[in-house]
Amino acid sequence: MTGRGPRPIALGAALVAVGALALAPTLIQRDDVINFVFVVLLSITLAQSWNILGGYAGQVNLGHAAFFGIGALVTRALWFGGTNVIPAMLAGAAVAVLFGLVIGVPAFRLRGAYFAIGTLVLAEILRITVSNVFPEISTLPTATIGHYRLTDRYYMALALAVAATLTVAILTRARAGLGMRAVREDEDAAEASGVAALRLKLTALSLSTALVGLAGGLFAYYQISYYPQHPFAPNWTFDALLITYIGGVGTLAGPVMGAVLYTFLKEYLAVRWVDFHLLIFGVLFMAIVLTLPGGLVDLADRARRGLARPRRPRD
Amino acid sequence: MSLVAQQLLLGVLIGGLYGLAAAGLSLVFGVLRVLNVAHGELIMLGGYAAFWLFTLVGMDPFVSLLVVVPAALVVGALLYLGLFASVVRFSDETRIKNSLLVSFGLGLSIHALAVRLWTADERSITTSYGGRALTVAGLAIPELRLLSLAVAFALIALVHALLTRWRWGHAIRATAEDWQAALLVGIDVRKAYLLAFAIGTGLAAAAGGLVSVGYSVSPSIGLEWTLKALIVIVLAGLGSMMGTFLGGILLGVAEAASAAAFGGPYREVVGLVIILLILVARPQGLFGRS
Repeated sequence: MTGRGPRPIALGAALVAVGALALAPTLIQRDDVINFVFVVLLSITLAQSWNILGGYAGQVNLGHAAFFGIGALVTRALWFGGTNVIPAMLAGAAVAVLFGLVIGVPAFRLRGAYFAIGTLVLAEILRITVSNVFPEISTLPTATIGHYRLTDRYYMALALAVAATLTVAILTRARAGLGMRAVREDEDAAEASGVAALRLKLTALSLSTALVGLAGGLFAYYQISYYPQHPFAPNWTFDALLITYIGGVGTLAGPVMGAVLYTFLKEYLAVRWVDFHLLIFGVLFMAIVLTLPGGLVDLADRARRGLARPRRPRD
Repeated sequence: MSLVAQQLLLGVLIGGLYGLAAAGLSLVFGVLRVLNVAHGELIMLGGYAAFWLFTLVGMDPFVSLLVVVPAALVVGALLYLGLFASVVRFSDETRIKNSLLVSFGLGLSIHALAVRLWTADERSITTSYGGRALTVAGLAIPELRLLSLAVAFALIALVHALLTRWRWGHAIRATAEDWQAALLVGIDVRKAYLLAFAIGTGLAAAAGGLVSVGYSVSPSIGLEWTLKALIVIVLAGLGSMMGTFLGGILLGVAEAASAAAFGGPYREVVGLVIILLILVARPQGLFGRS
């Protein structure tokens, strides 16, 4: 997956998939299916946005929920205040980026765990503060519920998932993406060869927080009622990491595959055992980090190569 | 005034537990350069162990530490061998990153398992002597919490003694100082890692046992305790057990003071804000060696 752009077949398949998803609401008149696909698409955005920073630039964000939550909070407040939803979402994304930079600028000058701890702490501060300041459940006004259209939300989710995946696709080919991967592998060596490490890390952080801020805004637009602290809950961070790693961190297709698999199993298992998926995926996650850092995408790649050239010795 | 003094006193009492919770994390991070964000979940498991020993066989929670801590040493050794031994092969930076990820998955799994096994309910141990309190200068000192503080201090003093007197304690400290140099002078660095991780887990379990007596445990306390331990390490630096204990007390008092000033719901926030401020203003101050 590194260096090369997507293969023509993969590109064709992606176009067909997006086309089918665009037609889905007219072909399938079932809200439950559309809602399910919405969750998959939102998960793709959540995971790809984590992937940009964690997978490409190599910076572990343990508080992704903070930026998702900020996007949701700002969007909902502006939207309820009368602003059109799209500018409201953009404002939410901008505030999320701002908060990201507050942590990123100091933490990225250093190495190691600083950024991870900073984001983890930020998410908790915001979650506790928001739950204290806004203890009441937030529900759409009755008038808005009256003309609530699921397909609007669905198309926004599709657009956002495509935008996030395209961003990653561009990073796999662009010079900036190459620089980010260089920083991930060895920051000193990257800097020695003229890569502006700090600037690239901040670029990745801004893209990542902007996309997840938009995803949070979409959640605020989609969800009829929720407690304002809910989008700040650690679960959103869990989802982003699990999906990204299971699918394949630092790859283009990984978070997409991961999101489909994760959402399916989560919904399937939830019928009988609420939250049981976290145990399965938590164990799977550890196994992948320790033994298969490329995730499912890597596994599929290996299998394909193995089938194509069965007798080739390992290199 | 006496109300504030009472709150500050309770802050000191819980601060001892913060110190104990942080001591294990500090030891593991200082020696292995492994940042175990599942430390809070290990504390939670220790709390449940004490809770079930009390509920099922009626064992006093302070006595049950004698069972829980040795069991935790074994669990810690197994966790090290199964998960972290393969992480410590890497260079410092990759080591921290991979240990963060692995322990993140570990914490998530333990949390989900605890919810399955024991439900999300809060549990706590109520002993027959639980309600007694000493009165000193108009302040009520709950005996149970005072005893917890004393036990926490005793455990930290024990680990301090082990690190300064015991042969392997010297090996652990040498490894923390410079593992390559330690290797060169013939120290079995792997064994030092194993011991440090086991002791760290033992300390976590002890802290959990004490948490289940004076306070309460539920599957979701893990993250909260990991964060408390991190805050204490940031306040106290690495490398000194007694410093960590005092850092814990400082956090307990700071929380009590902020609860008195801004109201109860914000008591958790003060420590987190301290980390964030130190990170933004003086990032090299995080994890300084004292």
